[in-house]
Amino acid sequence: MHSFEAPVGRSLAAVLREDLGLTGTKLACGEGHCGACTVQLDGVPVLSCITLVHTVGNREVTTIEGLRDHALVDAFVRTDALQCGFCTPGQIVSAAALVAANPQPSKDEIRHAMSGNICRCGTYPKIEEAISTWQD
Amino acid sequence: MARLIRTEKEVEGRYEEVWIVVEEDALDQWPEGPLTTVGRKVPRVDGHQRARGQAQFTADLQLPGMLHTAVLRSPYARARVTSIDLEPARRARGVRAVIGPQDLDQLTDEPGYVGQAVAAVAADTFGQAHAAVDAIEVQWEVLEPLLDPDEAVRQKSFVSEVDRYERGDFERGLAAADVVVEADYRTQVVLHNSMETHQAVCHWEDDGITIYISTQYIWGIRSAMADQLGLPPDKVRVVCHAMGGGFGAKNSPGDYTPIAAELAKRTARPVKCALTRREENVAAGNRNATIQRLTVGATSDGTLVALGGEFVNAVGFNGWSATTEGPMKMLYACDNVRTTQYPAKLNLPPMAAFRAPGFVEGTFALECLLDELAVKLNMDPLELRRRNYAASDLTQDRPFSSKNLAECYRRAEPHWAKRDDVRARSDGPWKHGVGLASQIWYGGGGPPSYAWIRVGSDGRAQIVTAMQDIGTGTRTAMAQIAAEELGIPVEHVQVSLGDSARGPFASISAGSSTVPSMGPAVRSAAADAKRQILEIAAQRFHLEQRVLDVRDGRIVSADGGSWPLTEITGLLESGQILGKGARGPNPAGMQVLTFGVQVAEVAVDVETGEIRVDKIVAIHDVGRVINPLGAESQVEGGIIQGLGHTLSELRLVDPQSGRTLTQTLDAYKLPTIADVPEIVTDLVDVPDAHLTNLGAKGLGEPPIIPTAAAIANAIRDATGADVRSLPITREEMLRALREAREREKERRGAPAPA
Repeated sequence: MHSFEAPVGRSLAAVLREDLGLTGTKLACGEGHCGACTVQLDGVPVLSCITLVHTVGNREVTTIEGLRDHALVDAFVRTDALQCGFCTPGQIVSAAALVAANPQPSKDEIRHAMSGNICRCGTYPKIEEAISTWQD
Repeated sequence: MARLIRTEKEVEGRYEEVWIVVEEDALDQWPEGPLTTVGRKVPRVDGHQRARGQAQFTADLQLPGMLHTAVLRSPYARARVTSIDLEPARRARGVRAVIGPQDLDQLTDEPGYVGQAVAAVAADTFGQAHAAVDAIEVQWEVLEPLLDPDEAVRQKSFVSEVDRYERGDFERGLAAADVVVEADYRTQVVLHNSMETHQAVCHWEDDGITIYISTQYIWGIRSAMADQLGLPPDKVRVVCHAMGGGFGAKNSPGDYTPIAAELAKRTARPVKCALTRREENVAAGNRNATIQRLTVGATSDGTLVALGGEFVNAVGFNGWSATTEGPMKMLYACDNVRTTQYPAKLNLPPMAAFRAPGFVEGTFALECLLDELAVKLNMDPLELRRRNYAASDLTQDRPFSSKNLAECYRRAEPHWAKRDDVRARSDGPWKHGVGLASQIWYGGGGPPSYAWIRVGSDGRAQIVTAMQDIGTGTRTAMAQIAAEELGIPVEHVQVSLGDSARGPFASISAGSSTVPSMGPAVRSAAADAKRQILEIAAQRFHLEQRVLDVRDGRIVSADGGSWPLTEITGLLESGQILGKGARGPNPAGMQVLTFGVQVAEVAVDVETGEIRVDKIVAIHDVGRVINPLGAESQVEGGIIQGLGHTLSELRLVDPQSGRTLTQTLDAYKLPTIADVPEIVTDLVDVPDAHLTNLGAKGLGEPPIIPTAAAIANAIRDATGADVRSLPITREEMLRALREAREREKERRGAPAPA
């Protein structure tokens, strides 16, 4: 847990990666189109590359570093839901928010919740399987 | 023994004759089918690291004092710099160095495409570098760009020689045909969009340079940068522990590595040069567009008697011209084939290899042409393909090392037989149909490649080789191969790779060559280590070495003796057993290829032109499968990229200025999880008896090759419409439907033949 004096005008992603050295959060487009930089603010997934850090206020920021022991991590590895792994932390952060609100999401619910996280390697079928079976 | 051979080396369908020193591959292949570890589903050994965001990507590197780079890129497709003033940038806040066209070969004052690098700034932060680039004052003389590929052919503007090929007599074959189909096909420019953009960090230290880079080829970067910098190659250390996707575009240093190296030299600080997403989509390469004007002639029994085509590769300002005509030359047993390939040089961003370059585009056109022919012949498309099955390689008149395409067709039958049921699902404007397409491609790998293995007193092994894992599961496959040969659990194998200063030369991770090139070297190193373990065991237990083996982490003898492996390795204390292995030669006089077939089920709304892909069945013959779990992922990933290529991805440029309009990921439409159909993977999994000690071929590229044609052929099956242009947008779908309706009207209105 870090508390941080937020400089005005910097993105949450830049502060996490550069100032705090928490590089699990990835930057792939830097303009809110791909989902790689997804973190949770009080449990809600947001794009940290287009979130200004001074707007975070007292909300709790959860990054992949805070989810390293989440059962989804094992599920992603077991089902091979990652290839290069660059988008994977963002995928897991989004998926963790989904299963916290809805522990047994349907296929359509998974597709709806995860469609903002792009994976160029094309691990989508395995991501769907990982989220469908995360409690196994 | 080392042996010097003159051999063909193939990467991405490009051949060159080279001298190679190879070592004999003396090991017999393992028996077919799943073994103890090889052929079993093994989750990736570095999966947790990657999933937890702990893998070391170049993008994550922050060296002390590291500077950041911004690049001034040409806003014009063709222009001359008449004057450039770098001083305002040098005076800007945080700036440490500025370089221009006079300072580096990769910076130009005569840019040939929008996005070509002209100048670069290193500053304390990327924001400062970016602001300083804006301060550079440039006067341009803007010139008329060449943007149209057919016009480039007329003007003979080419990046290389026009490639002409003929076997048999195309004209005579055509004259003997009962049925002829002529059709023009077009494929679009596709952007790789790896999630980690192209980037490098350069750091001069120890009288040499260390380059951390997101790359598919550590050793290619090492030799290219040694040339660039005038250094002995061993003074260039290249490091890549993890990289965020390449798909063919990360085989060379690009402009960003030399820029970072030069700025690092000038500032005596580590310098990162990372492309932004927008730069990635103009300056990092693309799958080039093609125009393919094809002809096929067949006799009424379906025998192909003539295949011909003019192939225009719209290569861009540089890059190389892929063999778009390859499938036409290689896939079918047609005696009369004539192709001409024009490598058009244009004032557009450059081509870079993209997952089976040329064959993805060429297979779309050829396999659609075959189905258009099947319609005219009133023949089952699968039957037409079987009748023209190539038993040997006709381009060089030699046998295949193995070919199980007939088995792929056999396995496709039950899916193909469902097409009446699928069509019967048509409801209102939604028409359903099934299509298939074949796949042919390289993927045999080749020498040289080397691996070392060390076994310690704890009986665990470490593979050491300076290759890279580009996300395909290389570490896992190599660990499985070593574990199988050594007779130890896969968890007892560590894999150390990603650093040219640690371990021997290793293959490029491109051209589906990683497993077939590196796998045999790793097995051979493991066998060398195992031989030494058994030599020691024979002495320790007073037994003959030939009665001993290692299985399940135990040394076993033919007479039933069994000892933990550590009983022998424990004797070593701090000593180690060192195994060394090399990739043997490819089979002489044989063509090594991969094959497959995909069957697609689609639905088309004939009123709106909306297309929905419901299912793709992928059946591929890639020799022995090392890890069925990772292999399935490769197949799914290839098909999903193929789906984007077929339906949504399109690099748009402004036809006047040559500017790329789709630089961002909201404009350029990559597939998302919501776009994915049901995918069924079926791998033949029969080792190629002639290829290496594994019989394994590559799988990275084959799955993307037939997807577009299988979908287009399913669309024809559903609607009768011939789509001929990628991506199949609603406009293209509605155009093809209109054309089909007019053709049908004409046919009905025409007087009956006498």
